[in-house]
Amino acid sequence: MSELMLRETASQTAGPYVHIGLALAAAGNPERDEEIWSEMVKPDASGEHIEVVGTVIDGNGDLVRDAFLEAWQADAEGNYQSDYDLRKPFNSFGRTATTFDHGSEWSLKTIKPGAVVHPNGKLMAPHINLAIFARGVNIHLQTRLYFDDEVEANRECPVLSRVESDNRRQTLIAKREEAGGVIRYRFDIRLQGPGETIFFDF
Amino acid sequence: MQSNHNRFVTRDRNWHPPAYAPGYKTSIARSPQQALMSMQQPTASELTGPDFSHLRMGSYDNDLLMNFTQGEGLPQGERIILFGRVMDQFGKPVPHTLVEMWQANAGGRYRHKKDAYLAPLDPHFGGVGRCLTDDQGFYRFRTIKPGPYPWPNDVNSWRPAHIHVSVMGPSISSRLITQMYFEGDPLIPLCPIVHTLKDPEAVETMVGRLDMANSKPMDCLAYRFDIVVRGELQTYFENQ
Repeated sequence: MSELMLRETASQTAGPYVHIGLALAAAGNPERDEEIWSEMVKPDASGEHIEVVGTVIDGNGDLVRDAFLEAWQADAEGNYQSDYDLRKPFNSFGRTATTFDHGSEWSLKTIKPGAVVHPNGKLMAPHINLAIFARGVNIHLQTRLYFDDEVEANRECPVLSRVESDNRRQTLIAKREEAGGVIRYRFDIRLQGPGETIFFDF
Repeated sequence: MQSNHNRFVTRDRNWHPPAYAPGYKTSIARSPQQALMSMQQPTASELTGPDFSHLRMGSYDNDLLMNFTQGEGLPQGERIILFGRVMDQFGKPVPHTLVEMWQANAGGRYRHKKDAYLAPLDPHFGGVGRCLTDDQGFYRFRTIKPGPYPWPNDVNSWRPAHIHVSVMGPSISSRLITQMYFEGDPLIPLCPIVHTLKDPEAVETMVGRLDMANSKPMDCLAYRFDIVVRGELQTYFENQ
């Protein structure tokens, strides 16, 4: 590569104790006054309030119980709220983790995102960008969560429709379930092997 | 509200460690086997990211000598300043970006319920810090130098002393988590996690340098660790 440009600092795994730095409560440690965590939404935020939950599964089919995830999504109108502020009703950014507790599920409380325009002028189907960090993951994995009740939008999505394999496309689609009046979407991330989730480079 | 960036310099995935690096055993079952799907045209979803200027930090958030007990007792170990500049691949400073770090204590023990290493916890040390870079892209922490520690990889694997460093940069495209190692540590070339990198020059990007000029006499040494995130490009010709 050209000497005219600096090289990016190299990535390293977040390791087994990522939670003490980026997910204090999940490590069992005291929290600071303001933490960046999994409640992206307050009750008064506009939009459809949802939970997204899931597990992370390794190539042996076993739960990954020390993963750290970051979410980035548009608001209900399809705009990214770049200005992170816990006093706002909604933030586009959130963090969550799997641990050895709570069935090793991650979860986020958020709103269902609106459609975002692709550079080609078409609308992308509603989606949440997710980044996965963990011990054994040398550079974070980037994926997208789509919604199974957005059949039409998913079919027309300029990103999703580029996936040739129908089986693989399904790995990006969260399944809606309703429990106790809560709208929940389940999205299990398979790092390797059968049903391996699609990961992106961008 | 939405700060839409232009494109970023393509990430060189031969420079970064590959997902599958069998010397680091945990990567064997946690690496995808399928190819990454390349987004030929990144969208607003990838080109935007959070700005943490309005996150309210505590006064000791970047001072690990003080922030676990609010100064009631000082931690054991080598007192150091860890500082550096976040810039992009064109050398442009990245101001007001979130830098977070976490580490073991002077004996190599983490304050985490899953760390059962027999070296004791330090009652005055938590091991977590965060700050925003200033107008020129500089960040600064005060901490103690972490110790090496053993881990179950090979029969006798030890991590070099390291501090985990997390930086957001201008968008989620520039998001990066790395580890800073200390100049001259003989454990660096022995470490299977360091060896996930193929290029020795890439390893050099993760080494913090002893900086006597910025040390504080009779108080603490300083290490400088500059962080380079992906360069932001201008899009001159969007359509052919």
